[in-house]
Amino acid sequence: MRRYLPFIIVIGVALLAVGSGIFFYRAKRSANPTPKISKADTAPSGESIHALGPKDAPVTLEEFGDFQCPPCGKLSEPINQLQKKYNLRVIFRQFPLPMHANAKEAAFASEAAARQGRFWQMHDVLYREQAVWSKSTDARALFNAYAGMLQLDLGRFRKDMDSTEVQRQVETDQQRGADIGVKTTPTIFLNDEVVPPKQINPDELPAMVEAAMKKAKPSS
Amino acid sequence: MSRSCVQTIFYSTAALISLVGLAEATYLTVVFLSGETAVCGGSPDCFQVLGSSYAKIGGVPVSGLGALAYFSAFTFATFAAFGYAQARRFFAWTVIAMFCMTLWLLFVQAFRLHAFCRYCLFSAALIFLLTGLVVARPVAETEKN
Repeated sequence: MRRYLPFIIVIGVALLAVGSGIFFYRAKRSANPTPKISKADTAPSGESIHALGPKDAPVTLEEFGDFQCPPCGKLSEPINQLQKKYNLRVIFRQFPLPMHANAKEAAFASEAAARQGRFWQMHDVLYREQAVWSKSTDARALFNAYAGMLQLDLGRFRKDMDSTEVQRQVETDQQRGADIGVKTTPTIFLNDEVVPPKQINPDELPAMVEAAMKKAKPSS
Repeated sequence: MSRSCVQTIFYSTAALISLVGLAEATYLTVVFLSGETAVCGGSPDCFQVLGSSYAKIGGVPVSGLGALAYFSAFTFATFAAFGYAQARRFFAWTVIAMFCMTLWLLFVQAFRLHAFCRYCLFSAALIFLLTGLVVARPVAETEKN
């Protein structure tokens, strides 16, 4: 028996390592599922739109967000959950506020990730790690690291972050927001109707979405 | 204490250290594969290191290679603890290879990335311990002789 004991121990540890790795991986994947739709749509004007959910969804939630704004960060996960629950169309628009030192760079990072089809993954990472990069004096190094984590082409990501196209995209979103009276973040529209700022919180937003769903489908 | 008893204690300790390293490397590999960012108590350094181009070799995460290396060290240490003479040599070579890799990774963190990842430092400490055991092993064995 002693002769076989090292083989048994080694095989046991190998099985344990592989088994626990698979279990842990599955647990992580179910806790942070990858958005199913992550590509940017293109509007007739040629601008890029970051949208989740079907185009013909009864309710469209359009958010003007700033990646460095804490309330936007708190809303990120509830909006993801609402999108899944009601199959909403969620549109994210860039609205980095000038008072947030790293917000514009974060917006560029998300747009650069979008150019490799990973906008929503970067969106989720930026909000999840907001507390870390917001305080950093070298946020760009962190954005590069996030890009690495998302397995983006780093050379292309760095180049895109500095490109005029990416900067123009952010400015286009900002201009669009300014044109319709957006002054703060998060500003949310449900089927083109602005949600009162006091109701933009994880507790009241679901009720607003529910009401919009009922309004959009009065018979159901 | 007999020589074989000393060897058993020596290699059992090495196997336990390798097991701790295997657990850590497996965790980091899973984090890498799930696309999540590893958190080091709010420190941004982890992202800089684990998200850098140095964290992969030919598309394979370094943590995955680390897990494989720790598993090899564990296997050889276990067999050495049970008296397999050939396993001792394999264990020593594996640890030396891990030590060289650790030196390179420490150099990268210090001089290329200017950031240290706590997981990597913990792993480096484990490998230094294993290296210490490999270096001390002949002395202990000679003393007993």
